[in-house]
Amino acid sequence: MWQKRLIALIVLVLGGAVGWYVNTSHMNGTRPFKLGLDLSGGTQLVYRAHTENIASSDVVDSMSALRDTIERRVNLFGVAEPLVQTEKGSAVGGGSEDRLIVELPGVTDTERAIALIGQTPVLEFRLLKQGATLPAEGTQSTSTVDDLFEVAAVTGKDLLSADLQFESQTGMVTQPVVVLHFNDEGKRLFGNLTRDNVGRIFGIFLDGVAISTPVIREPIPDGTAVISGRFSAEEAKALSRNLNYGALPVAIDLVSTQTVSATLGGTAVEQGFAAGLWSVVAVIAFMILWYRLPGLVASVALLIYIAVMLGLFLLIPVTLTAAGIAAFILSIGMAVDANVLVFERVREELEHGKTATEALHDGFGRAWPSIRDSNISSMITAVILFWFGTSLIKGFALVFGLGVLVSMLTAISVTRTFLFALDVDARHGVRRFLFASGFHIK
Amino acid sequence: MFIVSHRNWFYAFTGLLVAASIASIAYFGLAPGTDFTGGTLIEVTYPADRPTPAALDASLHEAGIVGYSLREAGEQGYILRAGVLAEGVRADMLGIMSPAGSQAIVTQLTEVGPTIGAELRAKAWVALALVLLCILLFIAFAFRSVSRPVSSWVYGIIALVTLVHDVIVPVGFYAYLGHIAGAQIDTLFVTAVLTILGFSIHDTIVVFDRVRENLRINHDRGRKEPFAEVAGRSLGQTFVRSINTSMTVIITLAVLYVIGPASTKLFALTLLVGIAAGTFSSIFLATPLLVTWERFRAGK
Repeated sequence: MWQKRLIALIVLVLGGAVGWYVNTSHMNGTRPFKLGLDLSGGTQLVYRAHTENIASSDVVDSMSALRDTIERRVNLFGVAEPLVQTEKGSAVGGGSEDRLIVELPGVTDTERAIALIGQTPVLEFRLLKQGATLPAEGTQSTSTVDDLFEVAAVTGKDLLSADLQFESQTGMVTQPVVVLHFNDEGKRLFGNLTRDNVGRIFGIFLDGVAISTPVIREPIPDGTAVISGRFSAEEAKALSRNLNYGALPVAIDLVSTQTVSATLGGTAVEQGFAAGLWSVVAVIAFMILWYRLPGLVASVALLIYIAVMLGLFLLIPVTLTAAGIAAFILSIGMAVDANVLVFERVREELEHGKTATEALHDGFGRAWPSIRDSNISSMITAVILFWFGTSLIKGFALVFGLGVLVSMLTAISVTRTFLFALDVDARHGVRRFLFASGFHIK
Repeated sequence: MFIVSHRNWFYAFTGLLVAASIASIAYFGLAPGTDFTGGTLIEVTYPADRPTPAALDASLHEAGIVGYSLREAGEQGYILRAGVLAEGVRADMLGIMSPAGSQAIVTQLTEVGPTIGAELRAKAWVALALVLLCILLFIAFAFRSVSRPVSSWVYGIIALVTLVHDVIVPVGFYAYLGHIAGAQIDTLFVTAVLTILGFSIHDTIVVFDRVRENLRINHDRGRKEPFAEVAGRSLGQTFVRSINTSMTVIITLAVLYVIGPASTKLFALTLLVGIAAGTFSSIFLATPLLVTWERFRAGK
């Protein structure tokens, strides 16, 4: 008996420790809960990346280069904890677009958020098609860029850095130029390109506009290219800075935006917290009123469940959304389900005249298949929801699925440990009353 | 057992409930939300002097925004749903929503591109199909062993019938909510329906398992007991646990609905209705239907 009690005590202390850890690390701010945009306030932007012109083997690379570039740019503007990720549109929806998702917590002005990203230039390299001629300076041409130019093997993602230099020209006029330095991959690609295409016209495009169209006079093996032309020193400086902060390797356009104000998010957090607290109080009241002592034990297991879940939210970490909080509150109601199943079975076994220990033993054993099945069907839903989900629903599915798994552990093993640790074998008097339930007192 | 012997009353009640739900769906219709159709959703509040809907209508018309719906949100705000905004209109939105000296604060702005909407719509259907398929497999697995006097597949079919009931009722309720509160079919609603499917199938299976367990025990002991009585007794044995497992969930959902965040209120309410319907059907519909089927077979 003392061993069982010791284990129960250890479980209780551990549960308390987890709760204490969650509380202090959140309160001190050493490890606060991660809140989704709908709770913290902020803006989410979804862009479609134009990966059509990129060889399919390079798409993943280009997308991750795109992500890095945008991330650098967002960080530059001092947005706290931005999230930049790429996503492949589901094949289920017909197309499989490549998307870029940018989450900017605290930026609640949609226009400003778009401007943050939008200032990033797209750098492209192209070659004038064989036989095509450049439209003369200043004339309107009916042919589009795609008609005249073909995509070159080297792309914006191969750029290492750019710097501003002054090139002296005939007549002692110095002209600002931007020198591009390619990375190793770019150096090789650019070297091959210039070697194979001597005499052709090479186009450097920024945001779809040709800014420089030099003729390739000789192979350039050292991985530098010079953009010279029609800009002032100021413009050249801005261009090299923008390219250094990141030229986009892939063109993007905005397809979705979502902005939630901080006040709305803050209210949602307060209401979610209140709902969580009161639902726990209500469930505990119900369990104790109906199941008495075992109900109290189940309530302790429920509190341990909550502590463990909150601990997992911090450690994984799980980004909490309003839907995630809803899932957590729902899971509080479902966590005691296993206890209800067990207690009802135990009551039946007691009615068959078994001792409390026997009844507990058989009750846990016989309720198990039911508990397992109910959790299987919930897990199926959680997994499918996770796949289906937008970030909102993923938050729900993750918390829900996690809740199902953790509650199975706490509701069964923790309750079991405690119930066996109590000296339950009493058939009369107060203890008998404590183990009865509902209105079936005999 | 009361429920089994008075089953026709419960059938009548269920029939009314389902008919009302279907009528509600047919009459009010189900409006897909912004996240499925693509478009814009803007929520604004006015700390002082909320403009009249007419003033906003005029302002929206002037900006060339058509085909929108404007609803009051609480005492101080509006929710505007419109199609995908034209280039540049987004920046002017604050001004458009602040006609005649009023000052709007945008609390929420969502724009969903049409392709993303279409993709999500397709995904929602696939998710629904997948959940149904998995549940079918789950039912087939749960009732894999043959049983008498009612064969296994009948349990499975009835479990499916109750599942249909459990989904139609909240969907009908939601159509009504759409009418009175402007609720639209969004991803959260789909999530609620899928969660209900997963939750309510299990209740039915537990009762059926008990029926089969009792039948087996009777068979082993050579005891003769009419099927209706076995069914009634099984129902009595699982009644409290069916009610109580749902009760704790209903308690938490009710709390979530009453004091929880505005964004999940309708979600909580849908789940609440669905889980209540699921509990009702597993107690008052599933097992009585088994008895009816057995009577029907015996009568032939």
